[in-house]
Amino acid sequence: MIRRIWTIFKARNNEFFRDRAAYGWNLLFPFLIIIGFSIIFNEKEQTLYKVGIVYGNLSGRTAGTEDISGSAAGDRQFLVFKDSKYTEFIDFPAFQTAMDKLQHHRIDFLINPDTRQYWLSTTSPKGYIVEKLLQAGMVPEKSPYIRERITGSEIPYSEWLFPGILGMNIMFSALYGVGYTVVRYRKNGVLKRFSVTPLRPFEFLAAQIISRMYLLTLTTLIVFLGCMVIFDFTCQGSYWSLLVVFLLGSFSMISVGLVIASRSGSEEFANGVLNLISWPMMFLSEVWFSLEGTKPWVKTASAFLPLTHLTDGARRIMNDGASLFDIRYQIFMLILMSFVFFMTGSILFKWNDE
Amino acid sequence: MRGKNHCNPNLENDNRGLLVLIQYQIGAFMNIVLEVKNLTKHYSNIKAVNGVSFSIEKGTCLGLLGPNGAGKTTTIEVIEGIRPPTSGDILYKGKPRDAHFRKEVGIQFQNTELPVFLSVLETLETFRNLYGRKSDITELIEICQLQSILLQDNRKISGGQKQRLLLAMALANDPELIFLDEPTTGLDPQSRRHLWDIVHQIKAKQKTVILTTHYMEEAQILCDRVAIMDYGKIIADGPPDKLLKEQCNSTSIILSEPPDEIILDRVADRWTKIQDGVEIHTDDLNQSIKNLLDNGVDLSAMIVRPQNLEDLFLKLTGKKLRA
Repeated sequence: MIRRIWTIFKARNNEFFRDRAAYGWNLLFPFLIIIGFSIIFNEKEQTLYKVGIVYGNLSGRTAGTEDISGSAAGDRQFLVFKDSKYTEFIDFPAFQTAMDKLQHHRIDFLINPDTRQYWLSTTSPKGYIVEKLLQAGMVPEKSPYIRERITGSEIPYSEWLFPGILGMNIMFSALYGVGYTVVRYRKNGVLKRFSVTPLRPFEFLAAQIISRMYLLTLTTLIVFLGCMVIFDFTCQGSYWSLLVVFLLGSFSMISVGLVIASRSGSEEFANGVLNLISWPMMFLSEVWFSLEGTKPWVKTASAFLPLTHLTDGARRIMNDGASLFDIRYQIFMLILMSFVFFMTGSILFKWNDE
Repeated sequence: MRGKNHCNPNLENDNRGLLVLIQYQIGAFMNIVLEVKNLTKHYSNIKAVNGVSFSIEKGTCLGLLGPNGAGKTTTIEVIEGIRPPTSGDILYKGKPRDAHFRKEVGIQFQNTELPVFLSVLETLETFRNLYGRKSDITELIEICQLQSILLQDNRKISGGQKQRLLLAMALANDPELIFLDEPTTGLDPQSRRHLWDIVHQIKAKQKTVILTTHYMEEAQILCDRVAIMDYGKIIADGPPDKLLKEQCNSTSIILSEPPDEIILDRVADRWTKIQDGVEIHTDDLNQSIKNLLDNGVDLSAMIVRPQNLEDLFLKLTGKKLRA
C-alpha cells in the first residue's frame, strides 16, 4: 500500500513541478497580491476619494495648485477641506470635462471654490462622505474630541491581509489542484487506467492529498519567507502553530476538492462548482474585509467555510501571538470539516463517471 | 419444507459450491484461464451485451470481432471489472474474480490519455510500481521498442509510440491474461505491423490474449480463435480457418470488366456488384472459369482469391466492418 501511495505521490509531484505555468503561478500569485495591496494601502499613496476642482466659469484654462488665488486662496473652509488626507484633488480646465467624469463616477465630488458651488452624485457613497468632509470645515469647534493613540501595537493593514492571502492561495491551489486534476484524470481515462491496477481508491486519494499538502507547504513556505524578507512582516506567535493551522486548512480545502471531484467527468461542470465554492468563500471568509456589522446570516454562513477558520486562526497567531490552545475552536472546526469532507469524498469517489 | 433446492438455501449453496469446485477442477485440467457464462449488460432499454459465453485456454489469442456498437468493448470492460455486469458469471482460473485478477491481468484500453508532464520511462515505472509482480523493465522496453523515446514527454510521442507505451504498461506486471482493445486503430500500416510483431512475441511467451479489432487481416494473423459479435451476441466462434471452411468455403472471382448481367446469371449462382466490377462466389473454381470462357467473357483482368474473415463477417452480419 505504501509503495503504491508513494508511486502516485511521486508522479503527481513531477507533474506539478514540470507544469511551469501552474507552479510559477502558485508562487507568484500571493506575491503579486501582497505587492499590489502594499502599494495601494501605502499611506503616502493611498487615495480613497477623488475630488475634481474647477475655477470660475472659464473653459480651457490649465490650473495648478499655484493658481489657487483670490477667493479660493482666502477661503478657510476650502483650505481645510483641501488638507483632507486620503483625498486626491484633481484640477480640471473645463467644467464639462469634470462634470462628465463625475457623471461616470471617475471622480466622487466636484467643487468650484470661486463660485462656492459643489456637485455630487446622490447615489455615490463616497460623494456623500466627501460632502461631509467639506461641511466639517464650516462647523465651529465647541468641545472638540481628543485624539488618542491605539493601545498596544498597531497591526499594519498588509500584515492583517497577509494570512488571508496565504489562505486564499491555499484554497485555490487545493480546490483546483486536486478537484480539477482528478476530474481531468477521469475525463481523459487516466483514472480508468488506474482502476484496473491493484491501486485502491483510498490509496489514490491519499496520494493526491499528501502530494498537494506537500506542494502547498512548500509553496506557502517560500511565499511566507519571501514576504517576511521583502515586506518585513512579523509573526507574533509560534511558527509551528502556524504550520499546524496551514496544514489543517490545506487538508480541509483539499477534502472539499475531493468531494467536487468524486464523480464528475466534466471539466466545465467542475469548473462551475469550483467557482461557486471558491468565490463566496473568498468574500465571506474575511480575507479582504471584516464581516463586522454584516447581517447575522452572513456570519453564520461564514462559520461553515474552512477558509474562515484558516484565516482567523492564522491571523490570531501571526497578528496576536495566539497559541494553539487559544485557537482551539478554529482547530476543532478545521479537523471536523476535514473529516466530514474527506469521508464524503471517499464514499462518493468513483473511478468512472458511469 | 416444500419444493426442492431453491427452498433450502444451505443445500443450494452447497450445490453451488460443489458446482464451482467441479468447474474449477475441470478448468484447471483444461488450462482454462477465463470463462464467461451468459454475460449480460443492459443500459436502460439497450442490451449492450446479451448472453455472451466463451472460455479461453492458456496461451491462446482470442479475437473479438464486430462492427461498431456490437458490444465488444462493453464485453471486455465488464470482464475487466470496469463495469458491473447485469447478470452472468465470469471465472478467472475457475474462480470468481478477486484481488488476484487485477494483479495478474494486463489491459490496454482503446482510448487512454497518458499522465501529462511525465516521460515515457516515468509513466512506465509508475504503472509498473503499482504491482507486486513486475516484468523486467529492460526486457519490456526492448520488446515494445521504446529505447529511443524513454526520456520524451508523453505529449510529444506519436500515435504508434503511444500505443507501444500503452502496450508496455499493459505488460508491466508480467500478466497472465492480456486485454488489447483495438490496439492498432488509427495507426499507419507500418506501426500496425510493428505492433503485430510485439503481440507475436507476447504469444510466444504463452500469454493469453483477448484482442478486439476492426481489422480482419489483423485477426487472421494474430488470433488462434475468433468470436464474431453483433447486437451484443456472439454469432460465430472458432479458429479462423475452421470458421471459413465451415461457413465460407468458396472462392471469389473478381472481374473488373464484367459481362452483361444475363451472362452472369447464366454462369454463376452467386455474384455481387463491387466498386471495381463484379465478384462471383463459387464452390467450384474450375467449372466457373470454364463457364465464363464458354460465354466469351474476357478473363485477362480476372482476380481469384479465397474468401476471408471479412467475407465471413459480411455473410453473417450483412455489414461492412468499418463504418
